[in-house]
Amino acid sequence: MTTSSIDLEWKRFTLQERISRFAVYLVIVVSLVWSWQSVEVIEEFLYDAPEQLLDMFQRMTPLDYAFYPSSIHDALIETLHIATLGTLITLIFAVPLALLNAPNITPSKTLNWIAQFFLVATRSINSLVWALLFIALFGPGVIAGIMAIAIRSIGFVGKLLSEALAEVNMGTIEALKATGAPWGSILVKGYWPQVMPAFYSIVLFRWDINVRESAVLGLVGAGGIGVVLNDAQNLFQWQKVAMVLVSIFAVVIVAEIVAIQIRKRLI
Amino acid sequence: MDGLAKSSTRHAVNPFKASLLNRALWVVVIAYIFYSASSLGLSLERILLGFSESERLLTRMFPPDFSRVGLLMDGVAESLQIAIISSFFGIVISLFIGLLAARNMMPIMITAPVRAFIALCRSFHPVIIAIIFVKAVGFGALAGILTLIFASIGFIAKLFAEAIEEISFNSVEAIKATGASFFSVIIYAVMPQVFTRFIGFASYQLDSNLRNSTMVGIVGAGGLGGTLFSAFQRFDYDFVSAILITIIAIILVGEMLSNLVRRIF
Repeated sequence: MTTSSIDLEWKRFTLQERISRFAVYLVIVVSLVWSWQSVEVIEEFLYDAPEQLLDMFQRMTPLDYAFYPSSIHDALIETLHIATLGTLITLIFAVPLALLNAPNITPSKTLNWIAQFFLVATRSINSLVWALLFIALFGPGVIAGIMAIAIRSIGFVGKLLSEALAEVNMGTIEALKATGAPWGSILVKGYWPQVMPAFYSIVLFRWDINVRESAVLGLVGAGGIGVVLNDAQNLFQWQKVAMVLVSIFAVVIVAEIVAIQIRKRLI
Repeated sequence: MDGLAKSSTRHAVNPFKASLLNRALWVVVIAYIFYSASSLGLSLERILLGFSESERLLTRMFPPDFSRVGLLMDGVAESLQIAIISSFFGIVISLFIGLLAARNMMPIMITAPVRAFIALCRSFHPVIIAIIFVKAVGFGALAGILTLIFASIGFIAKLFAEAIEEISFNSVEAIKATGASFFSVIIYAVMPQVFTRFIGFASYQLDSNLRNSTMVGIVGAGGLGGTLFSAFQRFDYDFVSAILITIIAIILVGEMLSNLVRRIF
């Protein structure tokens, strides 16, 4: 090899790395240009937006406080019930799927893959879409909302729980196995104490998310505060809409604080 | 200690003590289920009736009806456009907002209001933001784009800020010692340390915008969600299942692409 063929210039990345990075940038730019040119946006509406927003805020104020005791309060409680019951029902499906998905508990690759499929599929479909499907089954109302929240959360809870299960210290498990403990005892006395903190924090985290999600389920008719919001909005009662939004905001903040406090105490 | 020593002489203490807290929790949970079920007026018959309808729904959903390809593809294209444009602007804006919210780079006078803004973007569900933007800019893709820009800010600006707060300050001080300006410090000391993590967050956000862009249409903010919602309202369940399969396919492809991007960087 002659000296002239050696690269005199230091380069941080190899040629292949540079080409693949360039390809990513190229794809980003091309897709951005394509979207920008073909998206149907009426520009006048964008220029009009500040005026329209101002108009909306003027219509929203003052807040209709009398609306809270008359209809918001009960709907908010219903929303919290939907979120909580939905989270509890999720566990019925998520725990077995998490057990099936954890390779150290279920050694079969096929079963892991099947569980994985269910976890991904339930997560890919949005809770509003699940709500629409369950409304077709149960009719409009709370049950559709609870089922939508429950099914939608399976993927999230199941995936995180199976990751926690896969990370347990196998020493205790092997010790239990060596004593001849049956399968159930190994699960309850070996795995459960190790994943318990993770389990509670996953459930609390999901409950917090579910409070947000259940607040909008009513927009498609699945019960809770969203129904009140949708009605007020369809009647252009913006002062009531604003009151509902403020209430949702307050509940979401309170739910987050509650979840953080419980997590601090428990773990 | 005393009791432990005494009992271990004769028979060992049960190492698997039942946790009282856990048992109390079970009681509370079961009591809550009965209480909430009665206050919501849930009954077992209603639930069983619903499940018995599922066979009818499933037979109407299958086989999926892909005959209206044009309509489906219009929705897909609009969802993709919304996701791409909103991710681009959301990520660019979040870079600045994340920097402003990082406590180690900015004084508290700036971080506190910026953090409050991020919290505000986070605490509303995208659908609620979409309702407000549909009122502001009318039905269509623009409302969806603006909604997802705000949703992106709420999510990744926070992660960006946290990533910046975790950097090592050695290189920042080294660059500062050369007399570099603030922007040079950002570009040569901060960005190299956080760039790979930013790519990860950004590809995650593209993924989640893709999911959300198929949903905001339900309140009229453009994309596949609008098509889906009208198919539901017309009881075209075979078309609904076609749309759902398309959405899942898009999300799987998006996940694959974002994994690929993460491997390259």
